[in-house]
Amino acid sequence: MAELVPLRTAIEQLVRDGDVVALEGFTHLIPHAAGHEVIRQRRRDLTLVRMTPDVVYDQLVGMGCARKLVFSWGGNPGVGSLHRVRDAVEHDWPRPLELEEHSHAGMAAAYAAGAANLPFGVVRGYRDTDLASQTNVERITCPFTGEQLAAVPAHRPDAGIVHAQQADRRGNVQLWGITGVQKEVVLASKRSIVTVEEVVDELEPRPGAVVLPHWVIDAVSHVPGGAHPSYALGYYDRDNEFYVRWAEISRERDIFAQWMEENVLRESVLA
Amino acid sequence: MSELMAVSAARRLQDGEVCFVGIGLPSLAANLARATHAPNCVLIYESGTIGAKPTELPLSIGDGELAVTADAVVSVPEMFAYWLQGERIDIGFLGAAQIDRHGNLNSTVIGDYDHPKVRLPGGGGAPEIATSVRDVFVMLKQSRRSFVERLDFKTSVGERVRVVVTDLGVLEPDGDGELRLTHVHPGVEPEEVRAATAWDLSIAEDLAVTEAPSEAELGALRSLRTKGAPG
Repeated sequence: MAELVPLRTAIEQLVRDGDVVALEGFTHLIPHAAGHEVIRQRRRDLTLVRMTPDVVYDQLVGMGCARKLVFSWGGNPGVGSLHRVRDAVEHDWPRPLELEEHSHAGMAAAYAAGAANLPFGVVRGYRDTDLASQTNVERITCPFTGEQLAAVPAHRPDAGIVHAQQADRRGNVQLWGITGVQKEVVLASKRSIVTVEEVVDELEPRPGAVVLPHWVIDAVSHVPGGAHPSYALGYYDRDNEFYVRWAEISRERDIFAQWMEENVLRESVLA
Repeated sequence: MSELMAVSAARRLQDGEVCFVGIGLPSLAANLARATHAPNCVLIYESGTIGAKPTELPLSIGDGELAVTADAVVSVPEMFAYWLQGERIDIGFLGAAQIDRHGNLNSTVIGDYDHPKVRLPGGGGAPEIATSVRDVFVMLKQSRRSFVERLDFKTSVGERVRVVVTDLGVLEPDGDGELRLTHVHPGVEPEEVRAATAWDLSIAEDLAVTEAPSEAELGALRSLRTKGAPG
C-alpha cells in the first residue's frame, strides 16, 4: 500500500545494504534524485540492475555503492563511455565491479517474467554470440515445436525505483510518454518506490499512459525535478548539455569526487 | 566524411521500409532518407517509439521529440518481443568497435572479457536486431583496428548484414557471405581501403565510385543538423 513519504524515509526503509536494486528509466523519467539519496545514505554491496545504465549508475558505481551490475547497454547516450563504470571494471576503482551482461531483449524478458511471477523469460536471442557463454542464460527446447530458445532468469529485485509524472493522494501513479520497463520493474520487485513530479487530487487519464495502482507500490515520494538531467514529458526537457558535461566531470577520479561532494552529498534532503 | 556515410546509407533505404534506428549516424541516415526520396520510411527507436518523425536529430533514443511525433509508443518489453522478435522490421542499423569479414560485430570489449583493455557499452539491442530484421546495415569508420581478422568478442552475428558503409567506401557480402569492396567514396583509392582492413579484402570486379551528395541531399543534411547531433 503506497504511503506518501519523504524520499529520505523511502530510501531508509526500503533500500538495504546488499540488495538487488533496479532504478529504471529509458532515457525518460530516470530516477536521478532517488539514486542520489541512495548515495547519500551510503548504501553498499548493491547489485544494480538496469537495461541502460547511464549517468546515475556511473555515480552510484563511482561512489562505491555497487558490487555488481546487471545490464545490457552501459553508456552516456550520444556522448560516449561511462568513465566511472569503466574505471571500476578496468581498474577495480573504487572497488571491483562484477558484470552480468544481457541483451536488451533478454533484460526486457527477464523483467516481464518477474512481473508475471514466472521463473524465466524466453527469447529467440543470444544464439551464436559470445554473450551466451558469459551471461546467465540457458538453452531450452520448445516442448511443442522442438525449437531451441534461450531462457533468461526472471529479474526479482529487492527494490525497484522509478520516476513518474503524477500520483494522486492515495498513491496511485500515472506516467506517460516513453514508459520503458517501468511497469514491469515495479511489479517484479519485492519493494517499490516511485518518485513523482506532482501530487494531484485526481489523475486525469492520458493516452498511452501506464497507471500503477497504489496497492502495488510501497512508497511514493514527491520530488519535483527528480529525473533531472533526464526529462519528464510535460514538465521539463532533457538537459542534453549536462550529459555532454558529464564526460568531463567523470573522466578523472578527483574531479568526479569533488563534483559529487558539492552536488550530491552536500545537497539538503529533498521534499 | 560522416555526411557521405549518411548519404550512402540513406540512398539504400526504400520508401516505406520500416527501420530500427540507433542514435548518431543511423539516425542521421534514416532521417535524411525521410527528408529526400523516402518520406514514408517508418522510424522505430528502441525506446518504444514507432513511426517517430523528429524535426531535430535526437541526442538519445528516448528524446521527448520522438515520443511526441510517433504514431505509437509501446513499452520496451513489447518493442523487443512483438515488434523486433516478431520480425516486423525491415532494416536494422548497427555500429560496432570491430567487424570481421563475415559481418560479425563486437561492441562489448577490446581485449579479454574478464580483463578488458577497453570496456565498451555492450550489445544493447544488437544481438537480436542482427537476427530479427530482414537486412542489417552497418555503419562504422574503417581502419585496421576496426576491420579485424578476428573479433575480440562476438556481440552479434553477421548473417543478415547486407551492407557496410564506412568513411572510405561500401562493402557488401559476396555469394559466400564474405564482405568485399563494392564502392569507394570520391577520391579514395581501393588500395587505401585494403590498407585500412586487417583481412585480405577482395575488390568487386564492378567496383563503383559513390556518387557525390546532391544539392538536395546536402540541403537536407544541413537542416537536420541541430541539437548536439554528432559529426
